[in-house]
Amino acid sequence: MEKRTDKNSYTIIFAIVMVLVVGTLLAGLASSLKPRISENQRLEKQQNILYAMGINNNDDTSANFIATENAEKLFTENVEEQMVLTSKDGKLVSQMTRQEYMDANNGQEPYLIDVKKQKSNAKNGEGRQLPLFIGKSKDGNTVYVAPIYGKGLWDAIWGYVAMDKNMVVQGAYFDHKGETPGLGANIKQRYFMDDFIGEHLLSADGAFKGITVAKGNADPKNNDKTDNEVDAIAGATITGDGVSAMIKSDLRLYKPYFDNLKN
Amino acid sequence: MGLLSKKDAKLITDPLADNNPITIQVLGICSALAITAELEASIVMSISVLFVMGVGNVVISLMRNIIPSKIRIIAQLIVVATLVIIVDLVLKAFAYELSKTLSVFVGLIITNCIIMGRFEAFALGNGPWRSFLDGIGNAAGYAVILIIVGFFRELLGSGTLLGIPILGDPIEKTGLYSIGYENNGFMLLSPMALIVVGIIIWVQRTRNKDLVED
Repeated sequence: MEKRTDKNSYTIIFAIVMVLVVGTLLAGLASSLKPRISENQRLEKQQNILYAMGINNNDDTSANFIATENAEKLFTENVEEQMVLTSKDGKLVSQMTRQEYMDANNGQEPYLIDVKKQKSNAKNGEGRQLPLFIGKSKDGNTVYVAPIYGKGLWDAIWGYVAMDKNMVVQGAYFDHKGETPGLGANIKQRYFMDDFIGEHLLSADGAFKGITVAKGNADPKNNDKTDNEVDAIAGATITGDGVSAMIKSDLRLYKPYFDNLKN
Repeated sequence: MGLLSKKDAKLITDPLADNNPITIQVLGICSALAITAELEASIVMSISVLFVMGVGNVVISLMRNIIPSKIRIIAQLIVVATLVIIVDLVLKAFAYELSKTLSVFVGLIITNCIIMGRFEAFALGNGPWRSFLDGIGNAAGYAVILIIVGFFRELLGSGTLLGIPILGDPIEKTGLYSIGYENNGFMLLSPMALIVVGIIIWVQRTRNKDLVED
């Protein structure tokens, strides 16, 4: 005798009911948790920016953010200005202060600008908005923090780079969506991020050169800070190339701002 | 054993050695290659799979009499995907730090053939308690291999364990490095994971000839 569950009608009804139940469950869960999740992501951005500025809970070897509950307060205290520059064809066409940007964008803070979206705007020939966060680092020096965004081996990678007015890196934070654990995922390890500190983004003659994640550069201890190179991670060539590429393509756009600053 | 009958205990102990999902059934190889470059990642993955296997096997077992056989694979896939997404969302909302550590494993868990394999081979034909034990047993068997491979790959590839330097500092040339030892960068690449798994299979089959097929 045919089992009840072998009938076509039963199969179809089962499939419909299962999809409805699972769909409703997931949709309900996702939308009820959404406010909490986006709040977490917002605080993480603040922690990222503060990390690059040197305001973090690092111990000897591992990278630690400041506590989530302090993020809002420390961010307001330490980030003194959030500029929004607009860049088109490699030139700066305008710049806004935080207040001007918020007035024009229903009160959205500049640090919430979607870098990925701005990058694709630029590809379509539109202007690209470049957020720049200015504040005091742990040592009291003025630092300029810029977000960067690019792609690694499997998925997106991004980060924040803090520079002084000569475009010398003062701190860096990198993160990734899905790089291989143990290999590419190590770009967010302390030993890799710390290598960027003190490294020059400009070449000796003042042109923008970026920082290359280089294999076999005969400087594994990274003593030479003006060679525009840091030591790569073994087994993570493509992720490393992605880091070099996003530093070159995104930070280059800020160069005119720093040129203006000097004059 | 007081807690488990002999038959039930076998469900846990078998997959640890003589019926190991990786070395004997050759399932779950892909994730064993992908995430064993570091011991820590292996441990995190093992715990995640333990959770999903335990709960997933029970859910499938409870549904075993109502799942139509024609679409059972899709039904299993939906159960495991739903479980993983729920865990991911809840972690993102309430334990954000942890969720960032685990995010890359989510996709790997869904595609882990051991999970689908146990749903299909065991949970569809057995009660919830036995299915739970089977799930835990197989996940533990998977974990043992993952941790062994992760141990050797991190130790020989980077000279560290759980990120802590064991053999000295390769740049300052202290410890073992002072007498000319070098890290084997090859260990960090996936082919070496396959070779380590191969060596484990070799050792296991040399010790227990019953496992050798003709």
